[in-house]
Amino acid sequence: MKAEGKVFKFGDNVDTDVIIPARYLNSSDPKELAEHCMEDIDKDFVKKVSKGDIIVAEKNFGCGSSREHAPISIKAAGVSCVIAETFARIFYRNAINIGLPILECPEAAKAIKDGDQVEVNFDDGVITDKTTGESFKGQAFPEFMQKIIAAEGLVNYINGEN
Amino acid sequence: MGMTMTQKILAHGAGLEEVKAGQLIMCDLDLVLGNDITSPVAIKEMDRFNKKTVFDKDKIALVPDHFVPNKDIKSAEHCKCVREFARKNEITNYFEVGEMGIEHALLPEKGLTVPGDVIIGADSHTCTYGALGAFSTGVGSTDMAAGMATGKAWFKVPSAIKFVLTGKPAEFITGKDVILHIIGKIGVDGALYRSMEFTGEGVSYLSMDDRFTISNMAIEAGGKNGIFPVDEKTEEYLKEHATRAWTKYEADEDAEYDEVITIELDKLKPTVSFPHLPENTHTSDDWGDVKIDQVVIGSCTNGRISDMREAAEVLKGRHIAKGMRCIVIPATQSVYMQAMEEGLLKIFIEAGAVVSTPTCGPCLGGYMGILAAGERCVSTTNRNFVGRMGHVDSEVYLASPYVAAASAVAGKIATPAEI
Ligand code: SF4
Repeated sequence: MKAEGKVFKFGDNVDTDVIIPARYLNSSDPKELAEHCMEDIDKDFVKKVSKGDIIVAEKNFGCGSSREHAPISIKAAGVSCVIAETFARIFYRNAINIGLPILECPEAAKAIKDGDQVEVNFDDGVITDKTTGESFKGQAFPEFMQKIIAAEGLVNYINGEN
Repeated sequence: MGMTMTQKILAHGAGLEEVKAGQLIMCDLDLVLGNDITSPVAIKEMDRFNKKTVFDKDKIALVPDHFVPNKDIKSAEHCKCVREFARKNEITNYFEVGEMGIEHALLPEKGLTVPGDVIIGADSHTCTYGALGAFSTGVGSTDMAAGMATGKAWFKVPSAIKFVLTGKPAEFITGKDVILHIIGKIGVDGALYRSMEFTGEGVSYLSMDDRFTISNMAIEAGGKNGIFPVDEKTEEYLKEHATRAWTKYEADEDAEYDEVITIELDKLKPTVSFPHLPENTHTSDDWGDVKIDQVVIGSCTNGRISDMREAAEVLKGRHIAKGMRCIVIPATQSVYMQAMEEGLLKIFIEAGAVVSTPTCGPCLGGYMGILAAGERCVSTTNRNFVGRMGHVDSEVYLASPYVAAASAVAGKIATPAEI
């Protein structure tokens, strides 16, 4: 499985309050959440993003609240993958559990620039920056998580077990 | 090789003799928690399970607290969804308006969290129960749904940072100053994926409420959990509150830690986190002249009875500055009642503050004290991210109840000693 798209680049500590502000948490509809994705850090994000695009960020992406609304809004906005130097742990779990592919790769997170065209191969974790020609090896998921991802999320995985 | 306190609890939860950092395990859960924001998403997910019933109606806690009493029609619909689910599944620990409180203050008070428990909650501050010597951590709604259906959750066994607390905190130094100091020192991702284990003789000087405040904010350092040993103070608390048997776990002498950090409690100064990250700490020595518009005293971090007492101690016989708004929110009905009986509410109202029914309200920018552009608030809550309490151009300064109350009187950030 592969993803390819234009990169939206962010810095350190992008928190869940800027990914999806609490004032919109009175909804849990993915479409509605997607309309406000990243609003408090880049208010035009939703207008600029197209299906398949990729978010690249630096340290501690998704820190803050446990709201699953955050990865849901990113996924529903059309983002195909998030690459970061590190993720906050609840965001990491949530993304996997809802089937939003995420990859930790410090080198890629540093080198890739806003607007670059990037391809991600989920099978081997290789990230290719087509704009610069550079490629990076992202951290592969442990087997346990691969199973959850292969089942397209935790719910299907558990259904399959029982 | 020895195990940390957290690792021992997790090993027991997974039915294993031993676990190691990095190992993936499946654990039995003692409690699964959700609120009015996260539960509706989890309830929707539950519908997708083959097995649609809950694993144990006594081991699930549903606490609508963020937008209740209902802020608007949408939040009313969410609460209705949680209420109907609770009724259908006969959830024992569902707390309606009138008996609810902010989840992380309410559950320990109701005796639903005890030492040795493995607890997940679809709320990031679920780490609060580490104060009682439990393993508890925040998860998302899908994990909550899986937990409710199966009574299990997967974990990667964390490594740990050991914090050795030494000395006795000076007057006006609280658990809040301790944790803000720690976050300022290690950063908002300083404990990412790891446990924060607090030990040392300094622990004995911290009240249970101080410990709840400290464990509560472990997540603000990126921590998976923040845990305290079970000592006499814990046992005293449990005698009054616990509703079931509990197990005390201790870290092995030869447990391995990634880092050992000593925190000299006797050297701490009143500490405030400036916008827009909890790690941007300043002390009373260098925070300068910061004029403010609003003060909030409450939340799962500092809405307990000792917080109310500390704020009242400062506000007694004083009045808040002209043009200032001060909002006091006892975290639970029982804190509210006790504050009333002790005459604290009267002190607040006479000082010009308003007192609200328990709710998260302004803490997450929900309602009940939202900030306009350019406004500044000193708050006893736990996050000061961009837009956390309202407009993206507003600012939140995190502080202890002492500093918050003193700031309300001074109209600028101040310590009780300065007013
Ligand atoms: S008081 Fe604030 S931090 Fe605590 S649970 Fe409520 S919204 Fe979350």
